[in-house]
Amino acid sequence: MANYSTNEFRSGLKVLLEGDPCTIVENEFVKPGKGQAFNRVKLKNLITGRVWERTFKSGESIESADVMDTDMEYLYSDGEFWHFMKTDGSFEQLAADAKAVGDTKDWLKEQQAYEVCLFNGAPISVSPPNHIELEIVETDPGLKGDTATGGSKPATLTTGAVVKVPLFINQGEVVRIDTRTREYISRAKQ
Amino acid sequence: MVPWQPSASLPILRRRAQFLADIRAFFAERDVMEVDTPLMSSFGVTDLHLENFRTEDGRFLQTSPEYAMKRLLAAGSGDIYQLSHVFRKDETSKRHNAEFTLLEWYRLGWNDRALMDEVAQLCRQLAGRPDLKSESLSYVQAFSLANLPDPHTSSLALLQQVAAERLACETERWRRDDCLDGLMAVVVEPLLPPDQLTFVTLYPASQAALARQEAYGGVHLARRFELYWQGMELANGYWELTDAAEQRSRFEADNEQRRLLGRQAAAQDARLLAAMQAGLPDCAGVALGVDRLLMIIAGEKRISDVLPFDADRA
Repeated sequence: MANYSTNEFRSGLKVLLEGDPCTIVENEFVKPGKGQAFNRVKLKNLITGRVWERTFKSGESIESADVMDTDMEYLYSDGEFWHFMKTDGSFEQLAADAKAVGDTKDWLKEQQAYEVCLFNGAPISVSPPNHIELEIVETDPGLKGDTATGGSKPATLTTGAVVKVPLFINQGEVVRIDTRTREYISRAKQ
Repeated sequence: MVPWQPSASLPILRRRAQFLADIRAFFAERDVMEVDTPLMSSFGVTDLHLENFRTEDGRFLQTSPEYAMKRLLAAGSGDIYQLSHVFRKDETSKRHNAEFTLLEWYRLGWNDRALMDEVAQLCRQLAGRPDLKSESLSYVQAFSLANLPDPHTSSLALLQQVAAERLACETERWRRDDCLDGLMAVVVEPLLPPDQLTFVTLYPASQAALARQEAYGGVHLARRFELYWQGMELANGYWELTDAAEQRSRFEADNEQRRLLGRQAAAQDARLLAAMQAGLPDCAGVALGVDRLLMIIAGEKRISDVLPFDADRA
């Protein structure tokens, strides 16, 4: 694996720290005029999401991490793993565990493409698209014609996630959700 | 589109022009002669942590005008100052530009204390703040301010351990000065009171560079000072070493360190050594980062904000 020297440090660089893949968030060069130069670096651990602050003597180096964001289609879950397939024509399938899937499990839909972050070829995180369309499997009956009062009610989606939807929405309808805010956007276009 | 516009705004550039004029007026009033020594020279520096740019014909762009100015002093120039661009390789950040403006001056018969007073007067005058507070702290006091162990007497093992904890880094292979520099830059500097001039004095002898040394209670310390303001290092001064033999042995020690680090030794400036041999008068000298001082006075956050064109646009 290649090494990066401090003078190659920049935001977005993927490196290995204490065995975990990290991305450099911030890199600051500090140097007493007559003294040794240092790099003050903020790194985000791609597995835990924690941000680390580290100091390197300029000229020191750090191992690069084999990290790649890949578009993959969700196939199915076997209860323990979630299976995805590459969309690059290779049809290669990879299994992500619960830690990698994390909160994205609320937005998993078959045949939908997700951004899967691979570390040494294995999934470490799965990001959903910003908007996703999912069917409602359970909610109180809709109030016909009530599109103006602005009230909302909980609705359970096919994934098991519960979101707030307007009162006029019915069970069996497909709705568009913003995965970043968990908010209802609209009815899905037919 | 090719970016062609200046890094600094035009009002700041006008302010910069006035600033340079004010600096010249300050020294004219005090009868200090302006000089302009070559920036391209046959010799570079041996300093471990300064790297010269080289020209194709093997000459060196100067990291400071110090050596040439000392040759003028030895030739009998009297008090002199220089406002010039200098060049330092591999230095780029919000507060570093590889090419920057240095104000360097020398006062005959003065020591570091007297020169610190003049540095403070210059800063107060340029900032238009006659009541700006100035304080001096020894290197050891600055360390104790940050609850750090004694920088002069602590063992290397202790300094490595403290640096590892406070800087979050691996220090097993760091040398003593690496630990001290790291703690100074990362831990001590941000703790110095921002809205006053703080002079840090009496550096470890290993960081004396071109300053004379004295023993204090059995510990060898350098008559060197650094000025900090608004968390930024602004100036570095010495009660100058005048002993040619001692100077030669420091150059040699630098080169020995370079060799240990697997780097090429740097040629010693034979002309400076010859001048010192002939007799460098007793003097104190200081180099001040003009761009940084302007940043503080103009309230700018990045060095590029006060430069006509920063290195990326040069």
